[in-house]
Amino acid sequence: MNHSVNYLLRRLGFYFVAAWAALTLNFFIPRMMPGDPAAIIFARFRGKLKPEAMNALRETFGLTDEPLLGQYWSYLKSILQGDLGISIAYFPEPVTSIISSAFLWTIFLAGFSLIISFSLGTLLGTIIAWNRNGRLDSTLPPVLAFVGAFPYFWLAMVALYIFGFELSWFPLGHAYGNHVTPGFNIPFILSALYHAILPASTMIIVSLGGWMLSMRNIMITTLGTDYISFAHAKGLSSRLIMLRYAARNAILPNFTGFGMALGFVLSGALLTEIIFSYPGQGYLLLQAVRAQDFPLMQGLFMTITFAVLAANWIVDILILFFDPRTRT
Amino acid sequence: MDYIHNSIFTRWITGIIQNRKAVTGVGIIFVFIFLAVFGPFITQDPTAFLSRPLSPPSWEHWLGTNGQGQDVLAQTISGARQTLLVGFTTGIMVVLIGALIGGISGYYGGRIDDILSLLINVFLVMPGLPLMVILASWLPPGPGTLTGVLVLTGWAWNARVIRSQMMTFRNRDFVSAAIVSGERNIRIIIIEIMPRMLSLLASSFIGASIYAIGAQVGLEFLGLGDVSTITWGTNLYWASNDMALLTGSWWTFVPTGLSIAIVSFALTLINFGIDEVTNPRLISERVWRENIPRDKAVNGITPVVKDHE
Repeated sequence: MNHSVNYLLRRLGFYFVAAWAALTLNFFIPRMMPGDPAAIIFARFRGKLKPEAMNALRETFGLTDEPLLGQYWSYLKSILQGDLGISIAYFPEPVTSIISSAFLWTIFLAGFSLIISFSLGTLLGTIIAWNRNGRLDSTLPPVLAFVGAFPYFWLAMVALYIFGFELSWFPLGHAYGNHVTPGFNIPFILSALYHAILPASTMIIVSLGGWMLSMRNIMITTLGTDYISFAHAKGLSSRLIMLRYAARNAILPNFTGFGMALGFVLSGALLTEIIFSYPGQGYLLLQAVRAQDFPLMQGLFMTITFAVLAANWIVDILILFFDPRTRT
Repeated sequence: MDYIHNSIFTRWITGIIQNRKAVTGVGIIFVFIFLAVFGPFITQDPTAFLSRPLSPPSWEHWLGTNGQGQDVLAQTISGARQTLLVGFTTGIMVVLIGALIGGISGYYGGRIDDILSLLINVFLVMPGLPLMVILASWLPPGPGTLTGVLVLTGWAWNARVIRSQMMTFRNRDFVSAAIVSGERNIRIIIIEIMPRMLSLLASSFIGASIYAIGAQVGLEFLGLGDVSTITWGTNLYWASNDMALLTGSWWTFVPTGLSIAIVSFALTLINFGIDEVTNPRLISERVWRENIPRDKAVNGITPVVKDHE
């Protein structure tokens, strides 16, 4: 038990270091760019923004007389208090409140698609590795590898064009219909699910192949080990060997890969949201880029990073649960 | 020393040449590179206003025109230039940095490894796209910025893989022998170990190029590239800005997307090929039965086939 706690604390310590590194990058990037871009941007917005907005900008990008270290301290302090600055595009709305409303939509869409594609991909990988050289094993990997080669957002465009525009099976965007009121009621939930189907399926289809192939390859190596032969020799049923003996061990590297790939898959999910005008983090990111809303962009970087770190820690807990070796 | 490297290298190359997947992939990539280099001399001017905007494919314009009345075929072909250049440049730089940091980390171990692998893991866990966005939005748009941003966010994965490979080599006899015979560490890493990592370095390069092409297109699609140049990413940016979807003009985004997918898929095929050459276990048994007479092994590798039924 002690070991588990130790392991989780060590991982937590690492995530704190990573979070601190992200915070520090976030602080120094605008200040270290060649040619003092902060001042240039500041000059660009002069006259277009209210004086209060200019003051907020000045504070965010260190165009004050405070020494760098002092700025850094007050920056860390304000982040810890949950203050990510004031948005330029949505002035005077604070970045935190803009992001928090979009955050749940991203968790809902990207979270669910990720979990479905990971589970489905891992299961398929297990099955095709077990039925090596079967029909599925010779068709699925190349097909999914080809589908996985498309950029997420491009496949989203095609899906939207075919199923939304030409066939009108699914809505052309947004997270729920106009006629429902957001809240915990059946019409809203149904509408939200209906709107999520198309974006979620494009994400699942693109990322499925990766999970499947890595699972297949680890599974094949696992199936070659002695304890599997021994299980066969004992006369255990194939299903038991496949799921409880082989897959259970083979899934561990895939879990670690899940944590690693999270940031990457999330990046694709953000672009998919943009295509479907889905009101999540990705859509905000596009708004921020278009309006050159730097505080919003940086707030998005921070929140997405924190979310990924938290998800990684959850994966660590799961690994602890599945892998007895980390417990002893 | 040389004869060892020669045999590693020739064995590897023969393996790749005999692998159908790898050869197909390499062929496709060469076609695209050829088109990117020579294509723009043959096609219509990709920047000129040639016909009514968003007109469908026709004899004059095989793939129609985009929202600015430009020829989509010409745009797709000349877009390959910068996209592939940035992609492969990033791939090379990512492998060099990965080999440097991962190699040093895995070879020396101890305190150096602690610090470097912490650095690697921190960069691995940070989500790429938002970081790329804030970097690219502060820098002047263009291929240089794109390459820099992609390298900074993409090096860690390769460094990690190369590090763990280096750690396994570190304990092999030939390294101990080299140390005992007084070779310098740098020489051991570069001359003794790196050539034996050829497969890993090659597949790292290909993986990094796939990543660089995809991420680059994504960034440009967001409008963070130089939108006045013609690349695959800006083609899609303009297609989406010109309401290609709502006007039903599929021909403005389908050719570019297909090209990206075919290039990435071809690179993936090469990687499958490299995997199979290095890890014969992955080849399906049927291929073994077809290609290898029972008494003959390829490349000096004994085929390992496991039947578990």
